[in-house]
Amino acid sequence: MFWNKEIETIPEEKLKDIQLERLKKVVQYAYERVPYYRKKFEEAGIKPEDIKTLEDIKYIPFTSKADLREVYPFGMFAVPLSEIVEIHSSSGTTGKPVVMGYTREDIEVWKEVMARSLTMMGVTKEDIIQIAYGYGVFTGGLGFHYGALTIGATIVPSSAGNTRRQIELMRDFGTTVLACTPSYALYLAEYAKDEMGIDPRTLKLKAGSFGAEMWTEEMRREIEKRFGIKAYNVYGLTEIIGPGVAHECEAQEGLHIWEDHFLPEIIDPETGEPLPEGERGELVLTTLTKKGVPMIRFRTRDITAFISGKCSCGRTSRRIERIRGRTDDMIKVRGVMIFPYQIEKAILEVQGVEPHYQIILTRPHYLDEIEIQVEMSKEIFSDEVRKIEELKKRLEKRIEETIGVRVKVTLVESKSLPRSEGKAKRVIDKRGLK
Amino acid sequence: MDYVEIISIFAENKPGKLEKITEVLAKENINILGFSIISVKDFGVIKFLVDMPEKAYQKFKEKGFTVAKIPAIGIELEDRPGGLYEVVKLISSKGVNIESALVYVAETRKKAYFVFEVDELEKAWELLKNEKVKFLKSSNFVNE
Repeated sequence: MFWNKEIETIPEEKLKDIQLERLKKVVQYAYERVPYYRKKFEEAGIKPEDIKTLEDIKYIPFTSKADLREVYPFGMFAVPLSEIVEIHSSSGTTGKPVVMGYTREDIEVWKEVMARSLTMMGVTKEDIIQIAYGYGVFTGGLGFHYGALTIGATIVPSSAGNTRRQIELMRDFGTTVLACTPSYALYLAEYAKDEMGIDPRTLKLKAGSFGAEMWTEEMRREIEKRFGIKAYNVYGLTEIIGPGVAHECEAQEGLHIWEDHFLPEIIDPETGEPLPEGERGELVLTTLTKKGVPMIRFRTRDITAFISGKCSCGRTSRRIERIRGRTDDMIKVRGVMIFPYQIEKAILEVQGVEPHYQIILTRPHYLDEIEIQVEMSKEIFSDEVRKIEELKKRLEKRIEETIGVRVKVTLVESKSLPRSEGKAKRVIDKRGLK
Repeated sequence: MDYVEIISIFAENKPGKLEKITEVLAKENINILGFSIISVKDFGVIKFLVDMPEKAYQKFKEKGFTVAKIPAIGIELEDRPGGLYEVVKLISSKGVNIESALVYVAETRKKAYFVFEVDELEKAWELLKNEKVKFLKSSNFVNE
């Protein structure tokens, strides 16, 4: 199913023409209107006219999250506030928030890309979509809201939190599509079953769009199994537009980026050089149509790779792998780069263990130690101490094989680790570095 | 088959854990007939023989504990030197391996039971059932 078939299946050459035309325009626009960009261009010794091909983008300096914080709150705005119809702000999990303003036109773009994204996963006006992403300055709730509104689906704007109510709404209204963070989806399933005696599979849900935090294929399978639905990956970030930068189609083989609005690059996070197709690196995005706050070569800090080849769905827009980590989530332990998702994957491979865990880093004797606390679930609880010890050893072994560093696993009581209604806090660094 | 159910709880090895667990039983007026605690470095397993096993199981579950009901066989012990030795000897002579055990003193200085878990309950029962010993039945103590 397509929302905008013409653009979604546009031949590559034609897409490139559109991208180049829009890139030139946005570069000129940003240079003229935002002092930050003018200064950066001047420092780099380039002018907007120097951009003659798509490849020339590499001469433009990057924009980082730190740059955006420096000009808090409105320093990146390219239009007067009177032209701004909505303001959003990043959730600020990693520092001072970043502020983004949307013009009326920007909201139209957001509606369009979200409508394409939802249609791509099978949402129609017949569906009842429960949006359990937070509504507010966080972009999750309203982004989905605009997309669903554009399609004409029935929206249940439940926002995040109030878990019992969420499940009651799903059951009583016959919700068919769920949108929330993947960790919250798992929590909903667990809560429905354990606290309310409702088998999540008996709900009318058929699909869900999950994102705003890192998750794994194993987690996807777990969500799909527990709810009996298809779980899709959504990608987006406040700095670019919010959810709707990329989304999976029914093939579930990577996320299609809406390249007519967002120009993607993948670079080596250390050197800043573009990487050959298929290699994993940091995603850099340029907004091609945004008017309120144009973003040029924004370093997302998200680690992914382009997927080559044509998608079976017929869309020509390029696909990226699910986000593999964030450059700033990388944990360096004894000099080895580790991503929490690797540990998560290892835990889930050891059959039966629920994906509730926490990574604790310490440095007791000038040497990093990793402790991984994993919740003991009812399903795998054996009252035999010997078997529990075996499980612990299996976990330690599997994790060590995956990340290449020895870890200590501690089994903790069921539900003793903090549950998130938003982003999961997976890593606690007690090493006192920096 | 005569067997009884033991309530088994997973607990982290931290101060106050046993207190929280026994508080659940106390509040519900459930009587502990026997118990055992096994702890290994950072976690432990606490087991109870109680007069209301089903209620205890439900309450622990409600409170979010990782809890299981485990079947076990109980054999009456004689209150004299060598009493336990004879029961254990009988069990081992059948090739049955005791995974864990607790003692239930039914009437002080009169009657006690050795209550033990095995890997394969039915097999163990088949091997032991014709022995001239008294087996503990749920009906002897269950009060719900």
